[in-house]
Amino acid sequence: MSVTVPSAAETDEAGKVAATTPVTGAALPRTRSRWRGAGLVSFVLLPGAVFAVFIGVWYAVSDGVLNDQQRFMLPPPHEVVRIGFLDWSNFKTMMSALRLTCEVTFSGLAISIVIGVAVAVAMSQARWIENSLYPWAVVIQTVPILALTPVLSFFFGFALTSRIIVCVIIAFFPIVSNTLFGLQSVDRGMHELFSLHHPSRLTRLWKLQLPAALPSMFTGFRNAAGLSVIGAIVGEFFFKQGEPGLGTNLSVFTSRLEGERLWATTLTASLLGVAVFVFFGWLARRVVGRWYQPKRG
Amino acid sequence: MTIADTTTAAADTTADTAAGGATGTGAPALHFAGVRKRFRDGTVALTDTDLTIRPGEFVSIVGPSGCGKSTLLRIASGLDEATDGTVEVASTNVGYVFQDATLLPWRNVRDNVRLFAELEHLDSAERGRRVADAISLVGLTGFEKHLPHELSGGMRMRTSLARSLVLDPSIFLFDEPFGALDEITRERLNDELLRMFILRRFAALFITHSVAEAVFLSTRVVVMSGRPGRVKADLAVPFDYPRSPQLRYSAEFAALCGEVSQHLRSES
Repeated sequence: MSVTVPSAAETDEAGKVAATTPVTGAALPRTRSRWRGAGLVSFVLLPGAVFAVFIGVWYAVSDGVLNDQQRFMLPPPHEVVRIGFLDWSNFKTMMSALRLTCEVTFSGLAISIVIGVAVAVAMSQARWIENSLYPWAVVIQTVPILALTPVLSFFFGFALTSRIIVCVIIAFFPIVSNTLFGLQSVDRGMHELFSLHHPSRLTRLWKLQLPAALPSMFTGFRNAAGLSVIGAIVGEFFFKQGEPGLGTNLSVFTSRLEGERLWATTLTASLLGVAVFVFFGWLARRVVGRWYQPKRG
Repeated sequence: MTIADTTTAAADTTADTAAGGATGTGAPALHFAGVRKRFRDGTVALTDTDLTIRPGEFVSIVGPSGCGKSTLLRIASGLDEATDGTVEVASTNVGYVFQDATLLPWRNVRDNVRLFAELEHLDSAERGRRVADAISLVGLTGFEKHLPHELSGGMRMRTSLARSLVLDPSIFLFDEPFGALDEITRERLNDELLRMFILRRFAALFITHSVAEAVFLSTRVVVMSGRPGRVKADLAVPFDYPRSPQLRYSAEFAALCGEVSQHLRSES
């Protein structure tokens, strides 16, 4: 970062400049190196320790608590890995299921984002729209999916479409609520700044509200991303026609008492959730991290 | 009321002599007559406020907190409406600098400075030229790519000034813009503000809590009473522009500051 001191800003401002810029310049690497040092402990060792305890408890329950007839419920971890992941044909089945679940997840998430943002923008434009729609957005989130399955299957069949709809229903709400929150919590001073120049609603939305809402929108996207994996799995669990996804397989392995493959599938589904969550965290930092620093003011 | 009448008359005569001939003949740039503002909750912020600012005048308002100084600016800019009285604003091209720099945190200095030009739909070539001019006028050349959080408070305020300067307003409203800055930065920005004032020849209405700042900048200092606010005294400042920073240490300057302070204190 090269700093040129402006001609008009001489001693005092220059002092300020010199004082300010190195601080930001140095603060970044310092923060990062502290992150790395602390990161090893707090982001690798600590979760790693919890993982070790978790595996220990798993073995203890599997070997100590369950007898041979019951062990299918929680087979020991190495069996889950051997049968669930290392067996080539099982692994291939799982990967094709994963691919399909990804399809449902990403279509569902994409649709949720488009509809969710559109609904939130509409709500932000008029109080009466917000008042008429918001309660129903809450209801959509709270309605038991189970109750909707007959209706969905009647209109959309037992395959992909219904799975995606379930996914959207589950993932949609955090996008609406976070986007709306972001659009509505724009600083009043900034609104007045715009009001001085009488911009159109669209200009105000595009140049002020949407950029200002981006950080909370990304919070919503990230939560929705985690939920969309769950939505896809639940959808596949209920709507089994067509190619199997992870959710379909969960249901199949449960009924066949194939504990190893059931747990391997469960782990894969969780990993997918984590991956999407992490991806959106990364994307948020890429898009708004440059100017938005929570807790740094 | 008698005080207000006489002081306004005095102001009219002094305004012509004060700023070296550059000020005030012709239609007022800004005119408040009998302005009253009552908020929805019943508080009366302003009452019987009469104030005239002529083209080329730099008028500062000092007064106790909550005396409706900001309300006066908000009324002048159209952000608020007066409950009673008339407000005449000679131009639609009014610059308004808030207490906070109010920069958009996702826009760098250049894009923040460009904002008003975008909102007023200036064509892009004109926009680029004016943005570069304004940035160099406030001394931020070289910082165009910096984001607001990378700037000091003074530089954020410079950016905010430049954003309004882009439109080359004929009337400038300042709502205590340097109140949050340290003394040294504040004095430097005062010097530079006067440089812009001489260069651009706008009519200015400037709110401050600092008597010295008011006297240093202005052709006239208006003292307002506590809530409900109204004009209590209107003093001409006889110093010629350009004013050197050393003016602040002169006896006449101190005497005038004393006089303004006395008017401020004389209130119950």
